[in-house]
Amino acid sequence: MKAATFEYVRPTHIDEVVSELARAGTDARIIAGGQSLVPMMAMRLVRPELLVDINHVSELTGIGKNNDSVCVRAATRQADAGRSEIIARVVPMLAAAVPFIGHNQTRNRGTIGGSLAHGDPTAEVLLVAMALGVTLDLRSEKGERSVNIKDFAVAPMETVMEEDECLVAARFQPAPTDLRVTAVVEEVAPRAGDYAILSVSAEIGLDLGGFCRHLRLGVSGATPVPFRPHMVEIALADSLLADDEVDDAVHLIDPVLDPESDVQASAAYRRRVAPGLLGRAIRTARDRAVVSLV
Amino acid sequence: MKRAVTLTINGEAISSEIEPRTTLVDFLREDVMLTGTHVGCEHGVCGACSVLLDGTPIRSCLLFAIQAEGHEVTTVEGLVEEDGSLGLLQDSFWETHAMQCGYCTPGMLIAAYGLLAESADPTEAEIREAISGNLCRCTGYVQIVDAVRLAAARMRQQ
Ligand code: FES
Ligand code: FES
Repeated sequence: MKAATFEYVRPTHIDEVVSELARAGTDARIIAGGQSLVPMMAMRLVRPELLVDINHVSELTGIGKNNDSVCVRAATRQADAGRSEIIARVVPMLAAAVPFIGHNQTRNRGTIGGSLAHGDPTAEVLLVAMALGVTLDLRSEKGERSVNIKDFAVAPMETVMEEDECLVAARFQPAPTDLRVTAVVEEVAPRAGDYAILSVSAEIGLDLGGFCRHLRLGVSGATPVPFRPHMVEIALADSLLADDEVDDAVHLIDPVLDPESDVQASAAYRRRVAPGLLGRAIRTARDRAVVSLV
Repeated sequence: MKRAVTLTINGEAISSEIEPRTTLVDFLREDVMLTGTHVGCEHGVCGACSVLLDGTPIRSCLLFAIQAEGHEVTTVEGLVEEDGSLGLLQDSFWETHAMQCGYCTPGMLIAAYGLLAESADPTEAEIREAISGNLCRCTGYVQIVDAVRLAAARMRQQ
């Protein structure tokens, strides 16, 4: 349970990061929080010859907001995102997800970008990114490109990132500020903080009449990678999110579900529970928004 | 190839030469001979190896020692009073019998310390959340929760 030997570099500038990656080719790995990479190295599932530590690259940490997006830089710690006022205000779904990511000790070290780049389909950050349709900025020595999360996480543990690319930031569209916006994440997990069997997220915005004018949903654990159920969002648009409307609409995901059985839960269980869990998240978010309306 | 590393451990500047693949917990236990920090799973599951990095709890089996360059590490040995007697939090664990075999205890102390640094009067749910990343195979956690609550009460009185 000890990692194999490797070389270690600690660049302070993004240009150095990408030139190290270009130089080392397939043998290099970026380390940010290391909360997934280090266990994989200890178990020798990966054996990089070079670790490029990006924790000292100031351009890769922090959260900023401009008119049309909230930019979370890749090496921002999950705990810092959870404490951020900007995130709480305009990316409430991410704020709601943070307490579900691993444990206190791992959130203090683990990063938002690391979670996305790792591509673990059970990661809450990926669920939120899918639901909110984030844009990812990637950088290599050859240049920059931006990829929508839908085209980024293509299969479990598989992203379209090239070996020489570094994830720079995830850009979120801010939630509307003229609505009562609330967000809820619900999970089925064997223990708090463990890999979830199923997780769902809902961010809703109600107008003063209680009508739903903003809805973003995510479902994870019932398809190879998390997905955003547009059909449910469309079905519930401009509704009052009444219980029966919600309970009908969530079953629109049934034909899309494609779960696998594993040691944690059967495919049949995942198929049966996913719609109800999504419904619960929507109703809980609605109830909280309604409370804040009166 | 060995590389130089300099960091602060329990207030003391330490310089050493290490292989980059040495984890912080192995460095602490085998090079600095601070064996209070325990190592259980070596892959981030059990929490036994928790230490404070710049004041926040992390898992020292998931950090290479070389990454701690320039940082401040506090281990369970750093929680004692200046005269070497048990610190308030440690004494609260003693008082409530919050350990049996003691394997998890250093990690529990660090997790609890991190919580109390942020919250003077945590609820039971908050205490349980704070130690949720630390496994204990003996106590059933009840006395550990009691210990943290006792320590919080004592700290508020100070
Ligand atoms: S030894 Fe580090 S978490 Fe188990
Ligand atoms: S006291 Fe034995 S593991 Fe906690």
